[in-house]
Amino acid sequence: MSTEAAAAVSLAGVTKIFERGQTHALDEIDLEIAPGELVSLIGPSGCGKSTLLRLVADLVEPTAGTITVAGKSAHRARLDRDYAMVFQEAVLYDWRTVAKNIALPLELAGWSRGERQRRVGEMVELVELTGFEKHHPWQLSGGMQMRVAIARALSLDPKLLLMDEPFGALDEMTRERLNLELLQIWEQSGCTVLFVTHSITEAVFLSTRVVVMSPRPGRIAGIVEIDLPQPRTFDTREEPRFFELVTEVRELLRGHLAAHGAPEEELA
Amino acid sequence: MRRFLRGLREWAPALVVAVAVIVGWELAIDAFDVQRFLLPKPSEIWDALVEQRSELWNAGWYTFSEALWGFVLGSGAAILAALVLARFRRFGGALMPYFIAANAIPIIAFAPIANAWFGIEKGSKIAIAAVLCFFPVLVNTLRGLTSVRPAQIELMRSYAAGNVEIFRRVRIPTSLPFVFSALKVASVLAMIGAIVGEYFGGSQEQLGIVIKNAAALFQFETAWAAIVVACLLGIGFYLAVSLAELLVMKAFPAQGNA
Repeated sequence: MSTEAAAAVSLAGVTKIFERGQTHALDEIDLEIAPGELVSLIGPSGCGKSTLLRLVADLVEPTAGTITVAGKSAHRARLDRDYAMVFQEAVLYDWRTVAKNIALPLELAGWSRGERQRRVGEMVELVELTGFEKHHPWQLSGGMQMRVAIARALSLDPKLLLMDEPFGALDEMTRERLNLELLQIWEQSGCTVLFVTHSITEAVFLSTRVVVMSPRPGRIAGIVEIDLPQPRTFDTREEPRFFELVTEVRELLRGHLAAHGAPEEELA
Repeated sequence: MRRFLRGLREWAPALVVAVAVIVGWELAIDAFDVQRFLLPKPSEIWDALVEQRSELWNAGWYTFSEALWGFVLGSGAAILAALVLARFRRFGGALMPYFIAANAIPIIAFAPIANAWFGIEKGSKIAIAAVLCFFPVLVNTLRGLTSVRPAQIELMRSYAAGNVEIFRRVRIPTSLPFVFSALKVASVLAMIGAIVGEYFGGSQEQLGIVIKNAAALFQFETAWAAIVVACLLGIGFYLAVSLAELLVMKAFPAQGNA
């Protein structure tokens, strides 16, 4: 592996075995992500895609192998707040208003009150939540809650955004709108995105590359380059090339499911 | 004014019930010829209350101060212990079964021994009230501190937050509704502990002794008047804790009680 400082995320020989239950979550994963890429991880449940994300985030430690984020160890990168993570649920704090939820990372990073207010104002505008600053999380719809979570993640202007099925719980229409918003944010900020999903169409629509994973133990089954033109629009989903790529990803997933004798319904 | 009227309309049914019970009580004593050592009339209790107001007030205040100190010491120690046990989970796991078992001990059974340990004056009553408050507050606070969803902790860790930050910004705010529901229970327990503790001796100027002596001397109106004072103080204590809860939860609103 080269020592290029260029890689946004680099995994070499990463293996993760959970002591409890002896689960072999990931086996010898090698993956390199260049700055500015939007890479999706897709696979059936149990393929370790969420674990992979948590390894990059230094929320779990690998059993073997090395992980570097922006040329540093994952641990150093976490302490330097080099990435931001968005979870399956919005994970907002009920006792904080929308504005204060967005300001949380800024508080932790020691920003002054004035700086925080200015930055929160920008973020609220970016995710189109103007007028909702003083609301509490339970007063918002699921889609709006996720917008708050994204605004919070972007508040420190991270170079790397880790997203763990962020739109999985939302309805189709909200999901498609947030997909487009995410792409706009990605284009404007130039950050790198590592995105976990179990929707094939979402993965193809968003990504520059789709990493297809197979379960037990989690391995990379193949990587599909998504050569759809940028910027992606609502019409992208109707292009013939989009369907070809969806088919390619699905074939990769099916091949491995068939080989493991797992039922195809595992893929939503 | 409009708000006052709306409040009145909300409280009216409860007030009607209170008046009906007192009037019914007064009439039922005559109608059924109930012996006054079983139950005096409300009007007689009221007369005793007015006549002996200064003695009753002094005794009530004495008892209340015991309950309050017991509440403060017991709950305070419980909250501190819960913070330590939540921080050092292995330690907490080792001790938790014993705390739950201790919670089931009838602490009142120790009252006569407490006199020997902590002195027959205020000390023993404060000790009983404190021990009564300690376990429910400890168990509930610990449950509150540890009922945080894992993703909320992961989020904080992803921003390089340490344990102290996680306690301050996530665990403690999450635990507040649990803490206050325990403190409300503790306010009631503290009054019970103080009064029952007094039954086992001490100064003449305390509610438990007033109730015991008045009943022994067939002054049932006085005993009942003292019970009324104890009820009023207990309700006042509970309301004060509820008010504190209201103010704190306004600063840390949660879904359902905002």
